[in-house]
Amino acid sequence: MPGRIASFFRNLLRKRAVEQALDDELQSAMELLTQEKMKEGLSHPEARRQALIELDGVEQVKEEVRAIRSGIFLETFAQDLRYTLRSLRKSPGFTTVAVLTLALGIGATTAMFGVVNGVLLKPLPYPQPGRLIAVNYTYAGAGGPFNQPLCPADYLVFREQNATFQDMGIYDTGTTAAGDFVNITHSGPPERAQVLLVSDGVLQALGVSPLLGRLFMRTDEQPASSDTAILTYGYWRSKFGGDRSIVGKTIEVDDRPHTIIGVLPKQFVFLDKPTVVLLLPITIEHGGISLFYSDYGGIARLKPGVTLAEANADVARMIPIRLRTFLAPAPGLNSEQLAKLAAEVERRLRPNLSPLKKEMIGETDQVLSVLMGGIGLVLLIACATVANLLLLRLEGRRQELAIRAALGASWGRISAELLVESLTLAELGGVLGLGLAHGTMRVLVAVAPPGLPRLSEVALDGRVVLFAFIISLGTALVLVFIPALKYVRRTDLGIRLQGRGRSMSESRERRRTRSLFVVAQVGLTVVLLVSSGLMLRTFRALTAVNPGFAKPSEVQTFRVYIPDARVPDPERVVHIEQEVSDKIQAIPGISAVGVSRDLPMDGSGWGLGCGAQGRTYSPSQPLLRCRLGFFGPGFLKTLGIPLLAGRAFTWSDAYNELPVAIVSENLARELWHDPATAVGKQITMEGRPREVLGVLGDVHQDGMDKQPPPTLYLPMLVDQIYGLTSEGVRRDMAFAIRSTRAGSESLMKEVREAVWSVDPDLPLAAVHTLDHYYRKSMARTSFILVMLSLAGLMALLLGAIGLYVIVAYSTSERTHEIGIRMALGAQREYILRLILGQGMKLALIGVATGIAAALGLSHFLSSLLFGVKPTDPLTLLGVTIVLVIVALLASYIPARRAMRVDPMVALRFE
Amino acid sequence: MGEKRTDLLRGTLDLLILKALALEPLHGVGVSRRITQITRGAFRVSCGSLFPSLHRMEEKGWVEAEWRASENNRRAKYYRLTSSGRAQLSAEERDWSQVVKIMTAAVESA
Repeated sequence: MPGRIASFFRNLLRKRAVEQALDDELQSAMELLTQEKMKEGLSHPEARRQALIELDGVEQVKEEVRAIRSGIFLETFAQDLRYTLRSLRKSPGFTTVAVLTLALGIGATTAMFGVVNGVLLKPLPYPQPGRLIAVNYTYAGAGGPFNQPLCPADYLVFREQNATFQDMGIYDTGTTAAGDFVNITHSGPPERAQVLLVSDGVLQALGVSPLLGRLFMRTDEQPASSDTAILTYGYWRSKFGGDRSIVGKTIEVDDRPHTIIGVLPKQFVFLDKPTVVLLLPITIEHGGISLFYSDYGGIARLKPGVTLAEANADVARMIPIRLRTFLAPAPGLNSEQLAKLAAEVERRLRPNLSPLKKEMIGETDQVLSVLMGGIGLVLLIACATVANLLLLRLEGRRQELAIRAALGASWGRISAELLVESLTLAELGGVLGLGLAHGTMRVLVAVAPPGLPRLSEVALDGRVVLFAFIISLGTALVLVFIPALKYVRRTDLGIRLQGRGRSMSESRERRRTRSLFVVAQVGLTVVLLVSSGLMLRTFRALTAVNPGFAKPSEVQTFRVYIPDARVPDPERVVHIEQEVSDKIQAIPGISAVGVSRDLPMDGSGWGLGCGAQGRTYSPSQPLLRCRLGFFGPGFLKTLGIPLLAGRAFTWSDAYNELPVAIVSENLARELWHDPATAVGKQITMEGRPREVLGVLGDVHQDGMDKQPPPTLYLPMLVDQIYGLTSEGVRRDMAFAIRSTRAGSESLMKEVREAVWSVDPDLPLAAVHTLDHYYRKSMARTSFILVMLSLAGLMALLLGAIGLYVIVAYSTSERTHEIGIRMALGAQREYILRLILGQGMKLALIGVATGIAAALGLSHFLSSLLFGVKPTDPLTLLGVTIVLVIVALLASYIPARRAMRVDPMVALRFE
Repeated sequence: MGEKRTDLLRGTLDLLILKALALEPLHGVGVSRRITQITRGAFRVSCGSLFPSLHRMEEKGWVEAEWRASENNRRAKYYRLTSSGRAQLSAEERDWSQVVKIMTAAVESA
C-alpha cells in the first residue's frame, strides 16, 4: 500500500519524468524488436513495420499504461479543468454574465442564511443551553389567553418549592422596550446607563462565573442589606480602566452609593441586552409582596434529565401554593371575595414554560423564513438563467461533442466534463458570492428592524461558509443535470453529426426545455413581485392609518429620571418637571411642551383591569383590561391628540392628588357606549372610583398594525395605586416638545441648558423625535418590503435577461426561416408579431403559473400583511402589467433585428 | 504468422509473467520471448499487451524496475520480482494447480 501511495504522488507530481520513462521503455523495445526482425533478414522499414504490429502501436500502449496508473481520475479532472478554464476565458461575455448571476444568487442566499444562522440556528452562548427555559404564565382572559410574566411571589415560591429546577431566578423586563436606565454620577461626567435587575439564581442558571468577585446572593435582595452592583466587562474596562482591585469600591447609582461586588466575564451577554452595563439585585420586601405587579421574566436551568412537560407540571403544582401564601387582603375586598378571586385566578392561570432560545427569538422566525424563502427564489432564478445560457452554449458545441462521441468518448466522460464546467462556474460564483455576502450581512445587520434579536451573533462563520459551498455544489449539480440528460445521449449525438446544425430547425424537445426554464423564471419572478407588491400595499395601508397624533417629525422627545435618593418628596418631583417644562417653553420656536410617562409606540405597556362604577363584575363579566398612562398639562397639545369631550389635566389636578381620570374614546365606548356621555361618570380601578374628566382620541400605542388599546390616563401625581407601585409619583418621565426645529442639535443644546438650569445633575436619555418611534413601529414591514423588493428587482432583471436570451437565440436560429417567409411575401409587421408573440406566450404562461403559485403560497405572508388581502387584485394586476411590459421590451429588441433581415442574405446564410 | 492463437485464460497472463521473471530479471521484449519459450511456443504474447500488465504489477509492488544495458548494448528497462511478487507467484501457482485438479477431475468424471 505505501508503494501505491508513493506511486500515486510520483504519477501526479513527476508526470514529465514518468512519461519520459515510458517513452524510453517503448523506444528501446521498438529497437530490440526491429533488430530482431532485421536479423531475420527483413529490410529496415519492413522490420520497423512488423515491430510496430507486434507492439500494437506505441501510442495505444502508452494510453493503456496511463489508464492503469494511480491517480488517473485526478488527471482527467485536471485536464477537464484546464480545458474549461481555457474555454471560459475564450468567451468572457458568457463567463461574466454566468458568474455574476450565480454570485448574486449565492451571495444573497448566503447573506440571508448568515442572518438566519445567527438569529435562529446558533445555540445560546451559555453552557448546556438546551436545559435553559423561560418561565411564564398563560392567563385565560376574557379576550383570549395572554402571556403573563412572573411576580416576586412566584420567585419566592419557585425557588423554595420546585422539584425540577437546578437554578431559577427572575429579572426585570424593564418599563420601556429600551430597558431600565439609571443615573451614574460622581465617577466622571454624569451619564444615563442601562441596568438590569436580576435576582439570585439568574446568572447562576446561565452558568456564568464572575471574572472578579462574586455573583448576587439572596442576602443582596434584602431591603435592609447594603446596595450592591455587578459590572459588565465592557463597562469595567471603559469606566474603570480594568481596575483589578475594583471589588469593594463604590459606584453612585441614582445618587446612592452601591458596593461593586463583581465583574462579569468578557463574553457574557444577558439574553438580547448587549447594551446593559450594570447589574443590580432585585429588592424583595417580604411584607409588601403583591401578586398583581407581574413584570418579571423568569429564567431556570432544568435539572439534568427533566423534560419541559415535567417542569410545567411542577409549576402547575406550585400555583395554589403561591396564591395561599401571598394573597394579601386588598382594600374593598372581604375574605370571601378574596377566596373567590383566588379560585378564579387558579382556574385561569396556566404555566407556560418554553425553551429560552424560543422565547428570545419570538416571532422573528416567521419574518426570517419569509425572507429566506424569497431570497432562495432569486437563487433558483439565477440557476435557471445560467442553465439556459449553458444550454445555448452547448447548442453551439453540438458539432464538437458529436465528433468526440463518435471518436469513442463515453457518455460519462462528456458528462464529467460538463460537470467540471458547471462546478467551475458555480464555485467561481460561490467565492464571489461569499465576498458579496460578507458585505451584505453587515448592511443587513445595520438596517435590520429593532427587535430583531441576537443580531450580535450574525457573522460569517464556518457554518455560513459551508452553506455557501454546499449551495454552490447544489447549483452546479442542477446546472449539469438537465443538459447532461437532454444533450449527451449517444444516439442523439450520432444524429447530430449527420445534420449540419444551422440549417436544421431546432428540435422541439430542446426548445421546450429552454422554454420551460424561462416560464419557471417568469413564474418565480411573479411570486417575488407579488410578495413585495403586497408588502408595499401593507406599508401604504399602515401610513394611511391615523396614528392618533399629528406630525410626529415635529415632536422632539427625551426622558429624564429623578432618583428618590436625590429628591425624596414626590410633590417636589412634579415641581421639578413643571419647572423644566416652563424653562423649555421659554425657548423660542417652541409651540408646546408636555410630560408623559409613555410615548406612543415606545414599547411600554402597563395594563390593569377597570370597570364602570355601579356595575358588578364577575368571572363571566370580567373587568375590562386596559392600558394605564400618566401625563401632564400640555402633553395633548404637543402630540396633537384630540380632546373629544371634557377637559385635560391641569397642574392642580396633579398637586391635589384628586381622584380623576381621562379615558380613551374606545374605553369610553366600551364602558358607556357613547363617548360624549362619559364625562362626569365614575370609573373604578383597583376597586377605587375616579371621576372621568375628559375623553381622548384613540392612539396607536402598540404600533400601526395593532388596534389602539383602551387606555385610562391618570395625572402625574396620584395617591398610591394598590399593587402597581409603592409610590404615587412617576420619576421616569418623557418630555415632548413641538417645534419645527425638532431633531436638530441646536434645539437639543438649548433644551439641555434649560434642564440643567433646573438641576445640573439630570442626564437626558432616549433623545429621539416622535417620528423615530413611529417609523420604528413600521420597521418590520419596511424591512421586509425593502428585502423583498430588492429580491423582486433582481428577479425581474434576471427574468428579462433570460427571456431576451431565449428570444434572441431562437430568432437568430430562425433567420433562414424568416428569410424564406419574407421572400414569400410576409410583411415586416407579421415578422414582428411572430417574434413578439413567441416572447409574450412564454411570459404569459409564466405569469399565470406565477400567480397561481403566489396564491398558493400566500398564507406564508398573510400574518405579515395589514389592510390588504393576499389575493389583492390591484397587486396581481400591477405585477402582470409590469411583467408584460418587461417581456415586450425583452422580445422587441430581437424582433426588430428580425424585421431588418434581408431575405437574400438570410437565404444565403448557410 | 500462421500459428493458432490461444486465448489466454483470464488471470493466466499475470501468472505467466511472474513465472517468466522468477528465474532472472528481464525487459519487456524478453518477458514476451521467455513466455513463448516456457510454453514451448504455444502462447505468443504481444508486447503491446505485456506493458500495461507489467506497469500494473509495478504499481502493486510485485515487480520493480531498473534500467540496464541490454544484450545489444542499449538501455532497457528490466523488471525483477520483489519478495511480495514471489509470494504472489507461489499463491497463484497453488491456485492454478487447484483449478487444474478440479477441472481434470470434472472433465474425466463424465
